[in-house]
Amino acid sequence: MADALPTDAAPPGGLDRRRFLTWLVASPTLMVAARWGLDLPSAQAAEPSAPEETSLNLYVAVRTDGRVVTTLPRTEMGQGITTAVAMLVAEELDTGLDSVDVCTADADPRWLIQLTGLSSTMRYLAGPLRAAAAEARARLVTAAAHRWRLLALTLTTAQGEVHAPDGRTLGYGELAEDAARVLLPEVSPLPKSPGEYTVVGQPTGRVDARDIVTGAARYTLDLDIPGAMPTVVARPPTLRGTVQSFNASTARAMPGVVGVVQLPSGVAVAARTFAQAFAARDALQITWAPGPASHLSDAHIRARLRDAIGPRPLPPLLTTRVVEGRFDFPYLAHAPMETQSCVARVTGDTAEVWSGVQDPKFARSQVAAALGWALTPQRVTVHPIRAGGGFGRRFFTEAAVEAALVSRSLGQPVKLMWSRNDEMRQGHYRPASHHRILASLGPGGSVLGWHHRAAIPTVEFPHGFGDLLTAMAGQVLPDVTSAVFFALTQHVPYQFGWVAQELAEVPLPIPTASFRSVFTSQVGVANEIFVDQLARELQRDPVELRRSRLKSRRLKAVLDRVVLEGAWGRALPPGVAQGVAVLEEWDSAIAHLVEVDVTGGTPRVLRVVIAADVGLPINPKGIEAQLQGAALDAMSTTLSAGLHIDAGAVREGSFADYRWLRMKHAPASIQVHLVRSDDRVGGVGELGYPSAAAALANALARATGTMPTRFPILDEGA
Amino acid sequence: MPAHSFILNGQPVSVESPADLPLLWVLRDMLGVTGPKYGCGVGVCGACTSHLDGESFRPCLHSVGEVAGHEVRTIEGLADATGLHPVQQAWIAEDVAQCGFCQPGQIMAAVALLRKNPQPSDADIDAAMSDNVCRCGTYVRIRSAIHRAALLLRSGASLPER
Ligand code: FES
Ligand code: FES
Repeated sequence: MADALPTDAAPPGGLDRRRFLTWLVASPTLMVAARWGLDLPSAQAAEPSAPEETSLNLYVAVRTDGRVVTTLPRTEMGQGITTAVAMLVAEELDTGLDSVDVCTADADPRWLIQLTGLSSTMRYLAGPLRAAAAEARARLVTAAAHRWRLLALTLTTAQGEVHAPDGRTLGYGELAEDAARVLLPEVSPLPKSPGEYTVVGQPTGRVDARDIVTGAARYTLDLDIPGAMPTVVARPPTLRGTVQSFNASTARAMPGVVGVVQLPSGVAVAARTFAQAFAARDALQITWAPGPASHLSDAHIRARLRDAIGPRPLPPLLTTRVVEGRFDFPYLAHAPMETQSCVARVTGDTAEVWSGVQDPKFARSQVAAALGWALTPQRVTVHPIRAGGGFGRRFFTEAAVEAALVSRSLGQPVKLMWSRNDEMRQGHYRPASHHRILASLGPGGSVLGWHHRAAIPTVEFPHGFGDLLTAMAGQVLPDVTSAVFFALTQHVPYQFGWVAQELAEVPLPIPTASFRSVFTSQVGVANEIFVDQLARELQRDPVELRRSRLKSRRLKAVLDRVVLEGAWGRALPPGVAQGVAVLEEWDSAIAHLVEVDVTGGTPRVLRVVIAADVGLPINPKGIEAQLQGAALDAMSTTLSAGLHIDAGAVREGSFADYRWLRMKHAPASIQVHLVRSDDRVGGVGELGYPSAAAALANALARATGTMPTRFPILDEGA
Repeated sequence: MPAHSFILNGQPVSVESPADLPLLWVLRDMLGVTGPKYGCGVGVCGACTSHLDGESFRPCLHSVGEVAGHEVRTIEGLADATGLHPVQQAWIAEDVAQCGFCQPGQIMAAVALLRKNPQPSDADIDAAMSDNVCRCGTYVRIRSAIHRAALLLRSGASLPER
């Protein structure tokens, strides 16, 4: 699946070629730590200095039974990181994938970055993990050499064993104690070069597949925490409305009810079963005060966003014609399959919470603050649990705060669940937006300028984004604002003369959150649709125009690949058309070719061809899954899923009216081709969304003759 | 409180509860059977999909009183002593799951489909599986896994009882 590009396409060494500081941890069996010095330049990272105890490190430990344990400060939400991490460790240690246990770390401020997002997990963890595992292998080999009194260099490793030239073998488990006392490895402790890989790069099924298909996989509410009472919350009809008064006498008397607790967000009911909790919730009599957005409906919001666009700037000199495009995107709910949920056990002076959180440190501080322990957050333990999808929603941890408050008030553990309605109507949303793109054309079909102004409500970024972006950007960004994030992430990959992209931030009292690919899910999509418009204006082929203007070799390579694999330009019946689009982000590049059929009235995506350059593909099968999923997201939100706001309330309440695509809408195939320009590890989680949406819109424009400018296209309730 | 007896994953069980309690919560909160998931509680997502007398059904929409005397099977009861059901095997082979939350329901729906139609076309799959939402977008792989399972079932592995 992966092919190599000519080597001249390889940029200078990235993260993966850095050396990471590793050291032995005092422990009865072998344990190697790697400094998670992501942002350190290589010289510094290689310098042997005493590891301070101020930050936690990645560990690879070998137990006497031969099992390898590694601790992951990230949350598995379906993106396959557990599998990819196990593959890296198994590769460097030469042991079986099934001998590696990947454990999720509890929230701890000593983890520099514990947030799962921005497609960062593998980019940041791959280097130190490989270093730690390779170091562990070197120590195991050295321990075997000492035991056998042989030269370490003559020994080999495979399948969790060290082999001597005379055929003797020792299992890693048998060497785990000796290896913990090896002072200096006598073979190279450096990770393998990618050419030597036998596990990494092989399409590999998820390590937890069996648990999932047998129902054994445990999500938050499947945990067996003794005495935890099912709890639901009556919530206001409008966004962030509040309780004015309530009467719980009927509810309290209902069967199974354990308690009723008022919360800042509503009124909670705990009962023996969720069914009883729901029934009692419905029996509560509550008078609600409207929320801060109750003066806002779709039309006002759209007007506010349009107003923020402002007058046109002067076009560059020599401009003969300015082409304008306007685009509208809706609010979106993340709608993870598993609704927000949390199990909490609060006693007099400690709290323990279990939840599928994307930012456990943030959850810990939020819970501590809610309990009045802001200054002693160490009283709160947060166990991140496998999550049923995240997509950016789980950076926020209201369920954890609510569960902790209810548990304290009732004096017993609770398991609190948001209903699907809660999830849809009291969430944090990908904000709506309005865009104006002005392309300034000059003599002879030249493009002299590209001006994109995006009006987007302020996005609430989780605190941990600051640390993560600091590590990525190499500059300290303690507070990530919309403006900072926009400037860091929004780029135009074309030679279009004078290029400017501006964010007009519109403060609206509707809760927001980042969504797969954040601003690129709007800005990048609009840009790629308008590139096709430009091609029409200039009477050029969209692929040919892109090729002639793209600055990046990687983008040209992935574009060429979809053109080839998708047979761009092949003869198609009327009403069927192709569209393409590209994106480069988070060290990866991608192109999409989408074929759509509009002859049946509602558009139907026939097939999607993707070419992606994610550098070193750790698990091609996992990458393919992520890209297929992102394509479905893009198709859903481009065609049919979007929210409506009516007087401060979200209209959509479930998958019945929030029209995420179903099996019958899924294309016959979503092919993924991997192009490999170098061995850096690029981001994958968000990569697949923007150009999939734009390629679909471009195909629709070519099939119908009209460029889509307002999403979702099949908006029934506008 | 009345006792309701039914067969759950091959074993007789009896629960004391109000007759109108939705089966989903009887399974999850009273019997500790957590394979069927809550995704909506109103029958529109399919996350709870299980079998009632071999047919696909949604325990969030049916009360415990309704299933008394009947046979309920959840994802936990699909594999037997001889191993995983061919549909589960196909799911692993195609590496279908992402977050996995919808998958117990998807698998149970697919098993029910294959029992009625051992060789479904893409159109048959579309018709049978379109009420099961997968928010992670695993549909293309689900489709391949159903075809693979159909092949497995035809190639000797006789269709198990359930
Ligand atoms: S929970 Fe039963 S169909 Fe959604
Ligand atoms: S695998 Fe996540 S919802 Fe289907």
